Amino acid sequence: MKSKNVLLKLLSLMIVSSVLMASCGTPATTAPEAATDAPEATEAPATETADKMYEGVTIDILTFVGPQVAEPLQRRGPDFTALTGATVNIITVPNSELYQKVLTDAVSGTNSYDGYLFAPSWIVDFAPAGLIEDLTPYVEKDAALEWDDVAPFFRDFNSYGGKVYSIPLDGDMHMVYYRIDSLEEAGLEPPKTWDDYLAVAKALHGKDLNGDGEGDYGSCISKAPGQQSYWWIWSIAAPYIQSQGSNQGPFFNTKDMTPLVNNEAFKRALEVYKETGLYGPPDETNQGVGDSRGLFLSGRCALTMDWGDIGPLAIDAENSKVVDKTGAIQNPGSTEVLDWETGKLVACDATTCPYAVDGVNHAPFASFGGWAGAVNAAVDQKQKDATYAFFSYMAQPAQSNADVVVGKTGYNPFRISQFENKQAWVDAGFSQVAAEQYLSGIEQSLNSPNMAADLRIPKNHEYIQVELDRILAEYIAGNLTTDEAAQQLYDSWEAITEEADREAQLTFYKGTLGQK
Amino acid sequence: MDTRNDETQPARLHTIISGTADRLVGTIFLLPTVLALLFLSIFPLIASLYVSLTKFDIALGGFKLTFVGLKNYKDLFTGSEGTHFLGEFAPNTPLTWTVFGLIVIALAIFLARYFLNARISIGGLIGRLMLTLGLGLSSWMLVHTLWNGGRLGTASITLVYVFVGIFFQYILGLGLALLTVQNLPGRRFFRVIFLLPMMITPVGVAYMFRMLTDTSKGPFTPIWQAFGLTDFSWVNNPWSARTAILIGDIWQWTPFMFIVLVAALESQPTEPIEAATVDGANSWQIFRHITWPSIIPVSMTLILIRLIEAFKIVDLPNVMTNGGPGTATQSLTYHAYINWRALDLGASAAVAYMLLFLVTFFSMIFVNLIRQQTVETL
Repeated sequence: MKSKNVLLKLLSLMIVSSVLMASCGTPATTAPEAATDAPEATEAPATETADKMYEGVTIDILTFVGPQVAEPLQRRGPDFTALTGATVNIITVPNSELYQKVLTDAVSGTNSYDGYLFAPSWIVDFAPAGLIEDLTPYVEKDAALEWDDVAPFFRDFNSYGGKVYSIPLDGDMHMVYYRIDSLEEAGLEPPKTWDDYLAVAKALHGKDLNGDGEGDYGSCISKAPGQQSYWWIWSIAAPYIQSQGSNQGPFFNTKDMTPLVNNEAFKRALEVYKETGLYGPPDETNQGVGDSRGLFLSGRCALTMDWGDIGPLAIDAENSKVVDKTGAIQNPGSTEVLDWETGKLVACDATTCPYAVDGVNHAPFASFGGWAGAVNAAVDQKQKDATYAFFSYMAQPAQSNADVVVGKTGYNPFRISQFENKQAWVDAGFSQVAAEQYLSGIEQSLNSPNMAADLRIPKNHEYIQVELDRILAEYIAGNLTTDEAAQQLYDSWEAITEEADREAQLTFYKGTLGQK
Repeated sequence: MDTRNDETQPARLHTIISGTADRLVGTIFLLPTVLALLFLSIFPLIASLYVSLTKFDIALGGFKLTFVGLKNYKDLFTGSEGTHFLGEFAPNTPLTWTVFGLIVIALAIFLARYFLNARISIGGLIGRLMLTLGLGLSSWMLVHTLWNGGRLGTASITLVYVFVGIFFQYILGLGLALLTVQNLPGRRFFRVIFLLPMMITPVGVAYMFRMLTDTSKGPFTPIWQAFGLTDFSWVNNPWSARTAILIGDIWQWTPFMFIVLVAALESQPTEPIEAATVDGANSWQIFRHITWPSIIPVSMTLILIRLIEAFKIVDLPNVMTNGGPGTATQSLTYHAYINWRALDLGASAAVAYMLLFLVTFFSMIFVNLIRQQTVETL
């Protein structure tokens, strides 16, 4: 029996090794480490590291291909080396491959990377499997990190089971940006609801917005398959589905874990998302966020939805044609919300939309949650310490405050002080008005009692980035009707839930919402 | 004292050792190569077959592979992956019945001709039955997904890429080869120029064609504007997106056909052509009766090589269209890649095995065709 088990383990190891060798060209050398208990930090975090305590240590960090996000790591790596002696290598892969790269590296025992800069929503997959280090002991001893200055939402989003597993370097929140000059000229108000958004986009579509004599676009929102359309749809869907506060959650019914996608609310969101394409560039179905962002900055779009990046990018006179012409607001909402019992949309009133403002229910969506650094649990203690020290160094106010005001970093504010100290933004080139408007857009979202957090349960990658992405692509391409898309998504999410164990998933989901 | 025993024993021992060494030496020298081959080729093949019968999951400290039998294959044909793999089948219409009926009649004639032939063998019979069944099923899939509300799956899309791409690559390659074997000025220069696309990495070609087909900010934007096509995009329609990918693929791989066909054309004997010219044959007659038969074996081999390679297309759809609109430009390799990216290693391996089956099936048809053509030519 024992030899059979050994044989089975060997066979499994060889199979995964061969797959990895064939796909990555990286030889997998050892079997996965035996189940690891959460290792403990042996020393105080090395963030005040003038004594070069990591001399001779080389750390490899995996993240997504730049220029954003990887750029600050690459730029600040040599500074960290000068301080601590540790050499920092930044390895980048396309965003769509990052999850798979991290996981295959860790579960195969290859452990090529000491740390990962990834989506904090993934820690629910990695932490229970013992693949990433519990950073709580480090954080508790790390005064320079100023953990209490990190906004509570991001502190919570980077924790699992009460323990900190990743250090935020970025705070992500979708917002709508609009062209102040174009809307004023047309006598239009910034959109409060998604219906308003469509109306404004329709009114300005085809108008010359950048003075080049050619017609431009009413709305630019990325829709390419395999990119990030799964986040955009939830930004639209959240206010239609969630109205009773942040702990209600927009993804699943907390009674039985059935998906909240085959109902009038999600179908309306699908229709809105698709209709924005009517007022966008002709090849929008093949555009990623970089493309739509580029179009907005070149003055070709009246509206767009994006993370905080556009604010700092818009003030860069060298690359932006919308300096001081860019307004930012929290995501539009809805005057109708889902009745969870009937699956129908009902009008907002004091009961159905207790947090509505002027009759509009907003549910700003913290899509992705921001880039965060996690430490590989299987590497040597010295490597772990140096890797944590590097993430801590990047997140400390001295570095972070400078990085979040620069557009090319891809990092957005996540510290309370970054919202309060508006002078830093003015010093970076924002006008006083632009700084206040940009930060108030984010603050409105962060302070909303009905903010919707991204999905953080095991297999969230499969729910969102595989099934939703595929079905959404088919829907946008016109291969599925709205009803078919909603039904297919419902069925595929149900299948994942069943396979993963419904009760366990429900417990996870309710846990992330703060429900019991 | 009889010393014969003392002398013969060492000699016999030497003979035994020598004989054994002679017998083993071949095996010993071959063993490292054979083991390396087994490890690098056969083992991954068997291992991936096993993976295709499992489900991959993260487990405490690592991973686990759960044996699920043929579930991943079943999903491809009748389950959740069915539409993605086989496509959306349109309802039967008089047109689909007519087209499929004609194909069935053609296949029946093909089989009947074999049965009427006296040289029937078990292997030949099994091969032809499999060929008929395979072509019949492929035709059924294509006539129900190509039009009338049907939608191609990754299997059919791959077949379109392979056969349409290779057809145009061969025609263009042959045309250019025939042109550059003429005694025209600058032919050496153009031979080098025509080879350049083949030397560019496929991802580079894909990015170049993505830029060229961008109607809003690509280099051909003025042309689109002149024709009033500013709202047109190659990537919004399944067939225009596939056409864009095919143009890129044809552009890249025509040189491969071209260079080999130039070599084939230049190596044919000149005497028959001179004799035909003296006898008053025109260019078409010379090509039809002398040049064409002489390049058939090379052409068949060339097509076989491209056939095997073309089934693996992935760079162009990945970069140019992200596989869209929807899944309209995804090839089988891209389909496997998406499953692999989602860490569904079992489903990915199952798609890869279906691809292997298709490549083997069509390659065997071609190998038989080559053999037949070569025999006829000789």
